[in-house]
Amino acid sequence: MNKYLLYPGCSMESSAKAYMESMNTILEPLDLHFEEIDDWNCCGATEYLGINLIPAYSLIARNLALATKQMHPANGTGGTRTVVAPCSACYLNLAKADHYMNERPSLGEKVNEALAAGGLHYEAGTLDVRHLIDILVYDVGLEKIREAVVHPLTGLKVVPYMGCMLPRPDYQHRWSDHEHPTELDDLLRALGADVIDYPLTTECCGGHMTQIGPETAFELIRRLVADADERGAQMMVTVCPMCQMNVDAYQNEMNNYFGTDYHIPILFFTQLMGLAFGKEPGELGIGVELVSSRNVLAGIGVEVPVTQEPAAPRKKDEGLPMPRRWTKHEGRKEAVK
Amino acid sequence: MPHMTDERVRAGLTHEEDLSLLHEVSMKTAGVSRLEMCIQCGTCGGSCPAAKDMDHTPRMLFAMLRAGMREEVLRSNTQWICVSCYHCVVRCPQEVHIADVMYTLKGMAIKEKLYEDSTAPDFSQTFVDMVETYGRSFEMGLASRHYLKHFPLRLPGMMPMGLGMITKGRMALMPKKIKQMDQLKKILDHAKQLEMTS
Repeated sequence: MNKYLLYPGCSMESSAKAYMESMNTILEPLDLHFEEIDDWNCCGATEYLGINLIPAYSLIARNLALATKQMHPANGTGGTRTVVAPCSACYLNLAKADHYMNERPSLGEKVNEALAAGGLHYEAGTLDVRHLIDILVYDVGLEKIREAVVHPLTGLKVVPYMGCMLPRPDYQHRWSDHEHPTELDDLLRALGADVIDYPLTTECCGGHMTQIGPETAFELIRRLVADADERGAQMMVTVCPMCQMNVDAYQNEMNNYFGTDYHIPILFFTQLMGLAFGKEPGELGIGVELVSSRNVLAGIGVEVPVTQEPAAPRKKDEGLPMPRRWTKHEGRKEAVK
Repeated sequence: MPHMTDERVRAGLTHEEDLSLLHEVSMKTAGVSRLEMCIQCGTCGGSCPAAKDMDHTPRMLFAMLRAGMREEVLRSNTQWICVSCYHCVVRCPQEVHIADVMYTLKGMAIKEKLYEDSTAPDFSQTFVDMVETYGRSFEMGLASRHYLKHFPLRLPGMMPMGLGMITKGRMALMPKKIKQMDQLKKILDHAKQLEMTS
């Protein structure tokens, strides 16, 4: 059995619960064992890094320091020094902290000085930080994944959407290519899906711009969805909680903004793996996406139980002007000074 | 020193260079920034998916940095529009840590209160507050607090999406707190006292 230390990250417990649930279903068939890092904290996303350097890297490094405590062979993890991060932003932050603490020793020293205040220490290079799909493609291997498939996803037309933070900046030289990595394509093909070439596979979904400058984010989401649609994709497949959230939850807002009418569901690759391995949609968190995948999956004989639909928006009160579309500069320029 | 205008920077008229700003930014950036290696090729701006919404492309901003145009650089919206996709980073022929330089500029702009709008810095600060209180991020609290403060008029429009997330169990209504919050607090408090000096 292959044992790894798991850093789930905050979104796996809320907006990306479907990712966590589906990931858990594929571990046993692939003979993987993940042990969660005890009392891990938030990696700071992209927000903390923009506030203060040493605290940001100390926040990240606390997780690395905690992980080293669990990698001791005596506690049953088999002595693994590999941390698995299923979220692209978490993966990048953890890998980057390890890389920079090594590249710039003075940063490493300061971070360790801060960690010492909490009785912790992290020596750069001790751990190997890797993303879930990296483990699946390169440790488990496509052959073993192919063998676990009982319901090939034949006829399901998908575009593989890797997102930006996973293959870039690639300090560890993990990926086949920065701009057109093929790992996700290969994995989806191993499941029997009809994989459509998607040149935008590593383009950004807008990240946190949906919160602070939606008009910038909507354009990025539009490009992704429009291209997937034009290429005849029925579904986008992602490896990242943020990408799933932006393309799924904001697709309707984006449609309102541009007056378009796209309905492209986006699922996590682990959800499709679960389906191919014969798991039930309910165990895989399928049905909680806001752009429903129900009709598309019906096309390959998968019946998704009807979940509770979101309540209709409250009716507008007469005389209260509510802008239907957000004006171009409302977000950035006219905010409170 | 003559006042540095965009035109003077474009024309390369930075004869009385004030490189202290360049050095300051470089020092405050994680890793080895390689900022001084910028050859002004423009690959960064050409690769940026959000460049059209920026006041200055990253290349332009780095020229301004080199020219010591402190206030103009820190007031630029460029660092706030950066989506952290690292497209510029992997294409930069000089391996400049561009995305990390953007983080540094955000931090400096916040400290010196040099930003044109408060939305983005406030969002970062709210996020940081959540992490410093709970040790984990809290999406529901973050989004609702941020929207209430900055986009109250958008809240009704966001209701279907928010309700969808809640009814589908994708928004925790209560934050999760880590066990050793006191340990994390000690680490962060100490970290805040440390500056990068070399």
